Amino acid sequence: MQTKRMTFSSRWLPYALLAPQVLITLVFFVWPASQALWQSMLREDPFGLRSTFVWFRNFERLFADPHYLAAMKTTAIFAVGTTFLAMGVSLLFAVMVNRMLRSREWYTTLLVWPYAVAPAIAGVLWWFMFNTSVGIVPYMLQGFGYDWNHRLDGTDAMILVVIAAAWKQISYNFLFFLAGLQSIPQSLIEAASIDGAGRMKRFWTIVFPLLSPTTFFLMVVNVVYAMFDTFGVIHATTEGGPARATNILVYKVFRDGFVGGNLGSSAAQSVILMAIVIVLTVIQFRWIERRVNY
Amino acid sequence: MARIVMDDLHKVYPGGVKAVTGISLDIADGEMIVLVGPSGCGKSTLLRMVAGLETITGGTLSIGDRVVNTLEPADRDIAMVFQNYALYPHMTVYNNLAYGLRNQGVAKPEIERRVQEAAAMLQIGDYLQRKPRALSGGQRQRVAMGRALVREPSAFLFDEPLSNLDAKLRVQMRVEIRQLQKRLGTTSLYVTHDQLEALTLADRLVVLNAGQIEQVGTPMELYQRPETLFVAGFIGSPAMNMIEMAYLRDRGAAPTTLPGGTDLVGMRPDDMLLTAPAAPHLSLNGRVVLLEPAGAESHIYVSLDGNDQPITVRIPGLPTMNEGDPIPLHVPLEALHPFNTASGRRVSA
Amino acid sequence: MVQNDRFGTFLAHLILILGVGIVVFPVYVAVIASTHAPGTFLQGVMPLLPGSHAIENYSEVIFQGRSTAGAPPIGLMLWNSFVMAMMIAVGKIAISLLSAFAIVYFRFRFRIFFFWIIFITLMLPVEVRIVPTFEVVANLNLLNTYAGLTIPLIASATATFLFRQFFMTVPEEMLEAARVDGAGPMKFFKDILLPLSVTNIAAMFVIMFIYGWNQYLWPLLITSDESYYTVVMGIQRMVTGADSEPLWHLVMATVVLAALPPILVILFMQRLFVKGLTETEK
Repeated sequence: MQTKRMTFSSRWLPYALLAPQVLITLVFFVWPASQALWQSMLREDPFGLRSTFVWFRNFERLFADPHYLAAMKTTAIFAVGTTFLAMGVSLLFAVMVNRMLRSREWYTTLLVWPYAVAPAIAGVLWWFMFNTSVGIVPYMLQGFGYDWNHRLDGTDAMILVVIAAAWKQISYNFLFFLAGLQSIPQSLIEAASIDGAGRMKRFWTIVFPLLSPTTFFLMVVNVVYAMFDTFGVIHATTEGGPARATNILVYKVFRDGFVGGNLGSSAAQSVILMAIVIVLTVIQFRWIERRVNY
Repeated sequence: MARIVMDDLHKVYPGGVKAVTGISLDIADGEMIVLVGPSGCGKSTLLRMVAGLETITGGTLSIGDRVVNTLEPADRDIAMVFQNYALYPHMTVYNNLAYGLRNQGVAKPEIERRVQEAAAMLQIGDYLQRKPRALSGGQRQRVAMGRALVREPSAFLFDEPLSNLDAKLRVQMRVEIRQLQKRLGTTSLYVTHDQLEALTLADRLVVLNAGQIEQVGTPMELYQRPETLFVAGFIGSPAMNMIEMAYLRDRGAAPTTLPGGTDLVGMRPDDMLLTAPAAPHLSLNGRVVLLEPAGAESHIYVSLDGNDQPITVRIPGLPTMNEGDPIPLHVPLEALHPFNTASGRRVSA
Repeated sequence: MVQNDRFGTFLAHLILILGVGIVVFPVYVAVIASTHAPGTFLQGVMPLLPGSHAIENYSEVIFQGRSTAGAPPIGLMLWNSFVMAMMIAVGKIAISLLSAFAIVYFRFRFRIFFFWIIFITLMLPVEVRIVPTFEVVANLNLLNTYAGLTIPLIASATATFLFRQFFMTVPEEMLEAARVDGAGPMKFFKDILLPLSVTNIAAMFVIMFIYGWNQYLWPLLITSDESYYTVVMGIQRMVTGADSEPLWHLVMATVVLAALPPILVILFMQRLFVKGLTETEK
């Protein structure tokens, strides 16, 4: 890793400059993370008086637990659904906005602000829209003969949280897609149209492949977002229900740790989540490195 | 005002790369020394070692009567003009000039006096309240000079200061730098890869190659008597023609006056004459490959009979022959430069 | 290229207007709902035109609240959110500037080791290590304090990484010129580096303010004392706190107040926001 060609020399100053950051990192990150690792191998007796070291038994139990496996599946469905919805819609918007000249700024302004809305608030907004007694969407769906009820129907609940989570993420994806589109040289598109490619063909054979680095990057970011940053969406609306239909992994860690008081299991779940984050981050970094090299 | 003495200076980077190996040079007070060489030859590194921007890994460096090897740049009593000017973009021109003085604790009225003086000298008085962004390339260059001037240092260091300017401005600034340096009489070290700049600015020229000095001398000395093949090829444009002794022997044109051990003979393009001079000379025959009229002079590219390597000839005015014509060439014997390929050095009698 | 495709452009505008309409709609509904009297929501589906109770509703949530419905006044919560967002934004920027400066402009032992320690935090959001982090904060007696709310969240590497990237693009000659001009490390930092970073600092501020304001899980865990509640987490208590149907007109007034500050920040500093967002992910 580089520094500047020329550097300052001081025996203590660099350490002093780093101290606040490193100290906070050690106390609030490294220590808790290692605690999680340690606790993931302990089991407490029912009264919380004694704990015994049980090696990987907590993990074994987790993978044998149908509720945990179900939560994994729920998380996968939720993450894939949110990613596709958020990315598809924002790609469409970005392509359309990219055609505009004068109105581009206006549309951008109108599309970026949902980023500022907290996931929990996004959840409440859509919770209200879909509310069975006063919400507008169920009212309209009734017109089509569909009886919406996310309090009883797991699929309805999943659709609700996916929409709420995706809604907030549209701005982010939109900005990156728009930047990606703008970095495609106009000359390539002109060359393709001289070669006789129509608008749709130009998009699918030229624009979309050239956009693939952005698409891949956003895919990782969106999956990370859906898996870890959407706690608020779930907690403020469905609370994992009905019948655990929206019980995603981060929510389960919280439930088992704070509400259920099962520290060993919660810690083991934390460790698994950390492993997932690390893998996703490494993938993302690989991508960054590649982009830097090109 | 100061003399700068480099005694066996070395620079080895932590990775083991040697940038400068054993350079000794004595720069007189008030002298303008130009360091010239191809990129990667160590000229910038050497300058930055003098400035204190690179650590010296061997040898001693003194400025004035102090050894400055380990001194901070600010304590060496030097000023530096950077290639890309390195003006502080968020400060006005005035503050750019004053920053170093403030750090030294110079009194306000004195700062004001020096800045105004430098500004007048460089004709940048009208821009003192502007930011560098609002200046043209030439104006920025002047501000960079001004920042060096106000320090009233005992030496100026220039790191390719003109390379970011267009050709016309470069000539103009070159003249100004030389005039200014002569007027102030400040010892100066100037790095460039442009040999024309080097030849016109220098009191003495130092040609560097692979971290070592190839030759030191006045511009005319280096032009007229290059001591190594490298200097012969580097100084002079178009470059010196090199003809193998074996070829001359085959043609029966080998002069007997050249010292033994000569296997390569250098001839400047302007020493190759179309009509035979009265002085002793050797004669060669060739064919015109390409004509390049360049205004006041012309370059003729000639392919010598029985030799693939093209030769460049420089003549005043316009050429009178056509491409494909046979052409006789005559070179006075005293204009020949005898070299030995194995040693890479000039062979002296 | 010939862009004389009138119909295509019309279609694009149509799609965008519809799309923007859908994106804006939930917020529109929230604003409308916050202007109606409580009774409106008992009569079935909510109306789409504003009502006449805006002032009563907003003054009620800000100043009085409804303690029976688990809704303390949110004036204080808004203030807490603001304090938390500011402390996180300022704190993150300050410690990140310092550590990025150390990493880029110094060579010292264990430099790479420290870099990775900081960098690793980039990977793990609070959500995945809630229980042990909560225990640390509890042991340090930081529950129900501003320090407990903010300091653990300041340890993220995003800002450090951004400033490091930016410092690497500052020309080498800036430092060299400053050295020749006699500036030491801290003088260089203060006189040259900070002024050059102003735009980046501002962009980072926008991102981090929003990040801080929108924190949800962390304040939920750390605060049990109502006087430290933040507005985003407060909403949850209003929605799920009571068994009966929530008081929608008050919930929506709170939602609008909670979402407004960060939205305003983005709208007024759109350019900085876009810069901050796209550059942290590079």
